[in-house]
Amino acid sequence: MNQQQKTNNKKQTTNNKQLITTSLVWSVPLIITAIFFWILGDIIWHGIGQISWEFLTTATKDAGRSGGIAPIIVSTVLILAVCLTVSIPLGVGTAILLAEFTREENWFGRLVRRSLDVLAGVPSIVFGLFGNALFVRILGFKYSILSGGLTLACMVLPILIRSAEEGLRAVPNDYRFGAACLGICRTSTLWHLLLPAAVPGLLVGLVLGVGRAIAETAALLFTSGYVDHLPTSLLDSGRSLSIHIFDLSMNISGGDPNAYGSALVLIMLLLIINGMAAWITHRWLENRILYR
Amino acid sequence: MTLWKLKISSLFNRLQSQADLLLISILRILATITGAIVLFIVFFLILEAIPVLQDEGIVPFFTDSSWNPAEGLYNLTPMLLGTLFVTLGSVLIATPLGILSAVFCQYYAPAKIAYFYRRLIELLAGIPSVVYGFWGLVVLVPLINSINPPGTSLLAGIIILTIMILPTIALIADASFAKIPEEYLIGAASLGLSQWGTIVGVVFPAAKSGLFTGVILETGRAIGETMAVLMVCGNVVQIPRSIFDPMRALTANIALEMAYALGNHRSALFVSGLGLMGMIIILVVASEIINEQ
Amino acid sequence: MHKKQSFAFSLVSLLCLGLLSCSQAGSNTELKKLTITGSTTVAPLANEIAKRFESENANVRVDVQTGGSSRGLYDAEQGLADIGMVSRALKQEEKPNVLTFVIAQDGIGIIVNKDNDIKALSDEQIVKIYTGEIENWKAVGGKAAPITVVNKAEGHSTLELFLKYFKLKNAQVKPDVVIKDNQQGIKTVAGNKDAIGYVSIGTAEYSIANGVAIKLLPVGGVEASTKTVGDGSFPLFRPLNLVTNTSPSPLTQQFIDFAQSKEVHDLVEAQNFVPIQ
Repeated sequence: MNQQQKTNNKKQTTNNKQLITTSLVWSVPLIITAIFFWILGDIIWHGIGQISWEFLTTATKDAGRSGGIAPIIVSTVLILAVCLTVSIPLGVGTAILLAEFTREENWFGRLVRRSLDVLAGVPSIVFGLFGNALFVRILGFKYSILSGGLTLACMVLPILIRSAEEGLRAVPNDYRFGAACLGICRTSTLWHLLLPAAVPGLLVGLVLGVGRAIAETAALLFTSGYVDHLPTSLLDSGRSLSIHIFDLSMNISGGDPNAYGSALVLIMLLLIINGMAAWITHRWLENRILYR
Repeated sequence: MTLWKLKISSLFNRLQSQADLLLISILRILATITGAIVLFIVFFLILEAIPVLQDEGIVPFFTDSSWNPAEGLYNLTPMLLGTLFVTLGSVLIATPLGILSAVFCQYYAPAKIAYFYRRLIELLAGIPSVVYGFWGLVVLVPLINSINPPGTSLLAGIIILTIMILPTIALIADASFAKIPEEYLIGAASLGLSQWGTIVGVVFPAAKSGLFTGVILETGRAIGETMAVLMVCGNVVQIPRSIFDPMRALTANIALEMAYALGNHRSALFVSGLGLMGMIIILVVASEIINEQ
Repeated sequence: MHKKQSFAFSLVSLLCLGLLSCSQAGSNTELKKLTITGSTTVAPLANEIAKRFESENANVRVDVQTGGSSRGLYDAEQGLADIGMVSRALKQEEKPNVLTFVIAQDGIGIIVNKDNDIKALSDEQIVKIYTGEIENWKAVGGKAAPITVVNKAEGHSTLELFLKYFKLKNAQVKPDVVIKDNQQGIKTVAGNKDAIGYVSIGTAEYSIANGVAIKLLPVGGVEASTKTVGDGSFPLFRPLNLVTNTSPSPLTQQFIDFAQSKEVHDLVEAQNFVPIQ
């Protein structure tokens, strides 16, 4: 009888505990979602009225208070393109070396990894100072989309590499042994087996990296500049969306409505990039499986 | 005949290993470039910081009576502490929240909800810091002001930073939970462990390295955040005595004064930058030590 | 299928964008370029003037970058930029190396929250508030509430002018909030019932006209408005300058003449500054 009661009690406490943990786990995302909708709702509420075809396709007028943001969207996309063109090969290459071809205790691998850990923590404003000194002054790119893109590339590299590395490490060793047994060289093992399997990890890195790059203000102010014309080449200065928002909200009286509008456009742009990345991965994985 | 076959296969092997060698050397070059970036950054910071260090030495940055570069006073201590407090506060709050949010995504939420929640977190990661700062200035600061003026405060900085770094830890924790082998979970279930018991006893230890990475990355982000902190913290150079006191972070110090600074003032801001780099390096070394244990 | 099409479409449009930028780069080789850097206060105005200048002169491109008055001065002096923007009167030691051209005037006004009962403060009271001697609105005739003092970050021209007028040193000021640009100051004061700050008068007027919860206080008994700045009666004012090195190119000179002409007065007013007579 006593035994029975004890078991019952125990069951009861387990149930209670489960209830507590479950409600705790559910409450966190609820809070986060609520804050998210608070912030996003604020932007949409104030920004949606500004957005029209005209807003997206015309040049800025009256210091950004009126007119559109077409040149700014073009500059932003170009800066991102430069950033990703440079950072993806560099990042994925380094990640492959670290995860596949370097032993844990190898000095070179350790050195690169430490240096990346530090790089991940370098404040964006310091990247701005660095980009200004190296790309703008010493390499002579001046204030340009190229300088901005390259600075951002340095900035997103650690995130990209970390995630790509985690993704590669997550691939079971069986794949590698299997491929080695079949006498497949490591280059093709990498290309056909490991990289496809590591794509989800890569994608997280890419999304995080793009998120950080597209939202960056401090690093770009000193590198890509303030000019709100339509850029005619990568060596032209171009104002990014985030700088436009910063300028409108901090420097232009009456700039708030268009600042909200631009912020909304920025978020939609991010949504499109995220969606495209997810879709491409999906397709890629599908093709790989068929090919195999 | 057999000899011929052997020859071919050895040639083939050589070709293969050459391809591998080529790949490795390309990868090494790429990795060297990425590894060298940080050295470049430190090099430029030191180069720009040298003038003021030559004139003043390092000691005045800790012992001067205040931070007034125009009058030759360069005390950085309050800003070092400010950055430390605001970072510590936000990391302590964001880490459990982020990990719980990843647990939710992986083990509690139905697949559809988890999918949408993940997209939402990714979006949250992409909202520009200016927008967070803007929201903080318009919504959060007046709210805190009604409790305890002036509103722009350490607390406002901690809250904004918590929201900003949460996606980093949440996404990374999520990714590292996702790659825990299925067998672990099946094993735990067959041992009769409850869901929460499995998470604490099996999932957390298995994902330790991933979680740790997340914490390091979010700490780095918190230390380095500039615009939002600048907008909500009040930027007064002082050691905050309560969470309602205004304070200035090192990054905000650079952003506030860089554009206008010349000569030794400008140089002193690069010393701020070096201070930030020092903090990051300490962080990395500390993480290294913990990791080895 | 539908997805495939939309992806193809986005790829094609990206490609077009790339081609467009390349082809334009090729055809515009004879483009003449002017670079202007400096004060964030002047930048929006300079940008607008630049756009009008471009529309009237084919094959000219004017790039405006920001960075602060000191950098504008430095860049112009060193020849890194054709023109620098400086939002204050030049100091004696800065004058020999550059040519200075005033394009507009701006006043600096004291602002408080709209709900504040205070109608005016004497110069002495403002000094006491900023040095922390008066810490409560009650002491200057308001309701009992601690004062939130909003100050500008070191290095800003607005701060220099403010300190000079009230004969203060920045080390004496005991601020509760330190801000960067005008709009941050206005937003801080609008969001805090007990705050006091100082910003560009034109900007403040524009915000008040658009329903932002702030109000301007008179300085030295003179009402703060673009009108009193314009007739010279308001004591706290500054010139907005363009500076060049001592031998400006013909195109630079042409731009400066344009920026000082009556043709741009509407632009100056649209940016809430006072045109020069």
